Amino acid sequence: MSSLQLHFDVDGEDFTRAGEASGSIKRTLKELGLTPDIIRNVAISVYEGEINMVIHANGGMIDCEVLPDVINVLLRDSGPGIADISLAMQEGYSTAPDNVRDLGFGAGMGLPNIKKYTDEMEIYSTPGVGTTIRLKVYIK
Amino acid sequence: MKVCELCEKLELELLSGENSLGNDIKGCYCGDLLSWVMSKAESGDAWLTVMGNINSIGVAVLADIACIILVENAPLDADALKKATENDIAVLRSSKPAYDIAVSVSKLLGD
Ligand SMILES: Nc1ncnc2c1ncn2[C@@H]1O[C@H](COP(=O)(O)OP(=O)(O)OP(=O)(O)O)[C@@H](O)[C@H]1O
Ligand SMILES: [Mg+2]
Repeated sequence: MSSLQLHFDVDGEDFTRAGEASGSIKRTLKELGLTPDIIRNVAISVYEGEINMVIHANGGMIDCEVLPDVINVLLRDSGPGIADISLAMQEGYSTAPDNVRDLGFGAGMGLPNIKKYTDEMEIYSTPGVGTTIRLKVYIK
Repeated sequence: MKVCELCEKLELELLSGENSLGNDIKGCYCGDLLSWVMSKAESGDAWLTVMGNINSIGVAVLADIACIILVENAPLDADALKKATENDIAVLRSSKPAYDIAVSVSKLLGD
């Protein structure tokens, strides 16, 4: 297997479409025959990033690269950015508005979940410019 | 235990996912906050919730949930039903509270 690249634009308005990128990545990884654990780790991590783009950043872009030994994911948005990343990474911290809390979001567990389900996670953010998250899940 | 057995034994209403009735249930998780569920639920769990929206179906797909059980007759909205049908997610419903269902699932899994 050489490398496989997937790109998705995430619509910032549409909650009903959020999950399309992660769902599509999941199907692709399944077709590639990766193990259920690896697929689940990637799918949940991408979903959390994707939903954050919709809720907090008015959309963004997702790139996923599948290499023989690792899956790399790049999540980029031009939203408001995160002023205090270590605070945002804490379980339970959330600025989600009430209307999305009614849908079940806002536990403040999304970024901690990404950390939990990936082997490497880097997050860069500049207030007023946007947020970039890089993830790696190793294929053992 | 298979989803169809649970459905029968607890007299659950089947709302979608006929093709997933053969899924194996390995455990059970209760909760309504989606990221919490993605953190704590395990693949193969029966997920007990009142969240019947499209996002809960998405979570069930990504987290390899065996079936969703909507408790206390919680509604499944039209978008969610469509997505559940497309993704073959078994969504079941009961008038009972989560606690009662969880106790029953626990007993059945123990057998
Ligand atoms: N892409 C982003 N752009 C701007 N702010 C973000 C972004 N992602 C996360 N944040 C900020 O970090 C906080 C924590 O994010 P996290 O995903 O952990 O929780 P949440 O989205 O609020 O709730 P949950 O993910 O549990 O539904 C958010 O409430 C928001 O303030
Ligand atoms: Mg989040």
